[in-house]
Amino acid sequence: MAPRVGRRTFAKRVGAAALAAALPMPAIAEDKPIKIGLLTVKTGPLAQGGIQMEQGTNLFLKHRGHKLAGRKAELVVGDTGGNPAGTKTKAQELIERDHVDFIVGPLAAFELLAISDYVAQHKCPILSLAAAEDMTQRKPNPYFVRASGTSAQAMHPLADYAAKELKYKSVITVTEDFAFGYEQMGGFQRVFEDAGGKLAKKLWPPIVTPDYTPYLAQLSGVDAVVSGFAGSNPLKFMKQYKDQGLTLPIIAGSVAMDDALLKSFGDEAVGTISCSGYTADLDTPSNKKFVEGMVADYGNIPGIYAAGLYMSGMVAEAALEKTGGKTDDKEAFIAAMRGVSLTDTPRGPFHFDHLGNVIGNAFIRRCERKDGKLVNTTIKTYKDVGQFWTFDEKWFLAQPVYSRDYPPLKG
Amino acid sequence: MRRLAALGSLLLALGLLASLPAWIGNSYYVNIASQVLLYAVFALGLNVIVGYAGLVSLGHAGLFGIAAYSGAILITAGYGHFVAIAGALVVTLGVAALFAVLALRGTGLGFVMITVALGQIVWGVAYRWISLTNGDNGVSITSRPAPFGLSLVDANPFYWATLVVFLVAVAAIAIFVASPFGASLRGTRDQPRRMNALGYNVWLIRFLAFLFSGLWSGVAGLLFLYYNQFVSPQTVALTASAEVLLMVISGGTATLLGPIAGALLVVIMKNVASGYIERWNFVLGAIFVAIVIFMPEGLVPGSLRLWRWATRRRRQHPAGPAAMAPVPHGSINGGAQ
Repeated sequence: MAPRVGRRTFAKRVGAAALAAALPMPAIAEDKPIKIGLLTVKTGPLAQGGIQMEQGTNLFLKHRGHKLAGRKAELVVGDTGGNPAGTKTKAQELIERDHVDFIVGPLAAFELLAISDYVAQHKCPILSLAAAEDMTQRKPNPYFVRASGTSAQAMHPLADYAAKELKYKSVITVTEDFAFGYEQMGGFQRVFEDAGGKLAKKLWPPIVTPDYTPYLAQLSGVDAVVSGFAGSNPLKFMKQYKDQGLTLPIIAGSVAMDDALLKSFGDEAVGTISCSGYTADLDTPSNKKFVEGMVADYGNIPGIYAAGLYMSGMVAEAALEKTGGKTDDKEAFIAAMRGVSLTDTPRGPFHFDHLGNVIGNAFIRRCERKDGKLVNTTIKTYKDVGQFWTFDEKWFLAQPVYSRDYPPLKG
Repeated sequence: MRRLAALGSLLLALGLLASLPAWIGNSYYVNIASQVLLYAVFALGLNVIVGYAGLVSLGHAGLFGIAAYSGAILITAGYGHFVAIAGALVVTLGVAALFAVLALRGTGLGFVMITVALGQIVWGVAYRWISLTNGDNGVSITSRPAPFGLSLVDANPFYWATLVVFLVAVAAIAIFVASPFGASLRGTRDQPRRMNALGYNVWLIRFLAFLFSGLWSGVAGLLFLYYNQFVSPQTVALTASAEVLLMVISGGTATLLGPIAGALLVVIMKNVASGYIERWNFVLGAIFVAIVIFMPEGLVPGSLRLWRWATRRRRQHPAGPAAMAPVPHGSINGGAQ
């Protein structure tokens, strides 16, 4: 309650000063800080990514001197605990109690899906990196903006690269048994098969698996293995892969070779090809500043979790500059966000499609050891990749969402 | 005189509960109160089987989730709220009966393990039967019911509706426990062989108690569905079963107020305190440890014991002998063998 009283007395004082100086009244409104709500996971198994999200947000605000479009910016953080009911309660806290102007986060698809209708009812703009395809496809939310990409957005170009440049003919996919995994591999499969490739098997180990041996035993007779693991599972999987003496090349999705994981990998990661919408080695001024800031403040090169939130902040800032710092007209605010087109960001230039999903570059990287440290070196850039890849949007949306059984395996 | 005082405090509590939206200040806190009440209904339902029947279930989130999923699926299929609620409760009762038939083959640890397995089966179905449950993306519903034309969309009406359901649950469970059937249920907990020898059908008594417990878990599941307007496999996970069991045990098994106090404690810690304390899990754990050490019978009976001890000592002071020191009483397995 204390800040509210403080703000009111402050407003009164400013008001009195304004009257005395006969200044125009709207000056008062701009002194109210912009409130940003961050939904993230700080406890439980998803906390690693969640904490990086908070770091990315904090660094962005620090770089901007805690001011956006001339208004002071305040951050309110809610720990969802990584479950849908907790996310709903925290979203209520941010919207109904703290009256935030917009929300960044949450992390996981099921968290976002749990609050999608609720934030739309309250017309609260939400910028998340949760990758659930249907949030910008078959069940779009008009208040949603995603600067990172859908689950399959980086898998489409990866499949294209695997078939056309690496000349792989057949692969086995392996990733966790949940929606993010299905959507990643569905996207890979569609593009890979269109290019003449074949999926021999799709393997789905449970999210929490101490031992990948039963799955590793099935990895043979193909040109390569496609890994789509998330969180800290890529570390476990790659280590056991090497320990079992497997030598098939691995190609990986965005979070399976996330730059933030590199310091924890060993030699087993060298040579892995991956595709991501963000890469730490991108040479743009804002990415340099971002990476340096992350290394200085948190001691690690950032991956897509921190970058996604940093870029969400940039999108909100650009929108606020367009609306003159005003957030009262939610429709205008969200329209401004979706109309944002940035040229210098940590992932290079990007803009949004009419469903609020990002159109930006996708980077094919190879993991290498340089000066004793692992780095992902960009070897090819696919320009302006959208969520529909090269497919026709109408045709794409008429198909079911990628799932465990769709597209089905061919004979 | 004492009855008058009890009636007075009951009326005061009712008044405070009914007027909560007026004094709590913000719709966010009203929503938290709704959550406390809905979890209290769930914990009260579980307490029937854990406290009064002495059978510890770690699968009740399965029943809670079955109700929520059935309701959500019926609503998504285009049925009205009345059909969805009735259908969901019928399905939940059916599944509860099945659970009971399977789980009541054992008591003690055997019962616990079977309920864990049954709960995990429900979780597996919710997670894997994607065409029915939409997998881990969950099912969302867009509307809340409007009984007698009153819309429950806003926080306050929803709170009052939850309060009514909660009060009905408290009354029903109080009557159930006080009834001869409730007495025979406690008999099967304390002296199952003697009850059997007296001609009671121990299995049937436990079966009916399980159904009654399942019914209120289902009601709570529907409240959860309408509150969140979303249900996903996390709702039926083992941790959800463990959480509600913790509510019952920390509040006090086999008491009417215990599960309510437990629900209040857990919901407040999880949702409100987590906004101020980053390591709220740790604090919640520390509170549970403290309860186990100082009030092993639970918050409500433990506080009552300490209160009685304190008042009696004051009255008898200075002669208060060491024998007056608080001694915890076992509750689940209470009674001489």
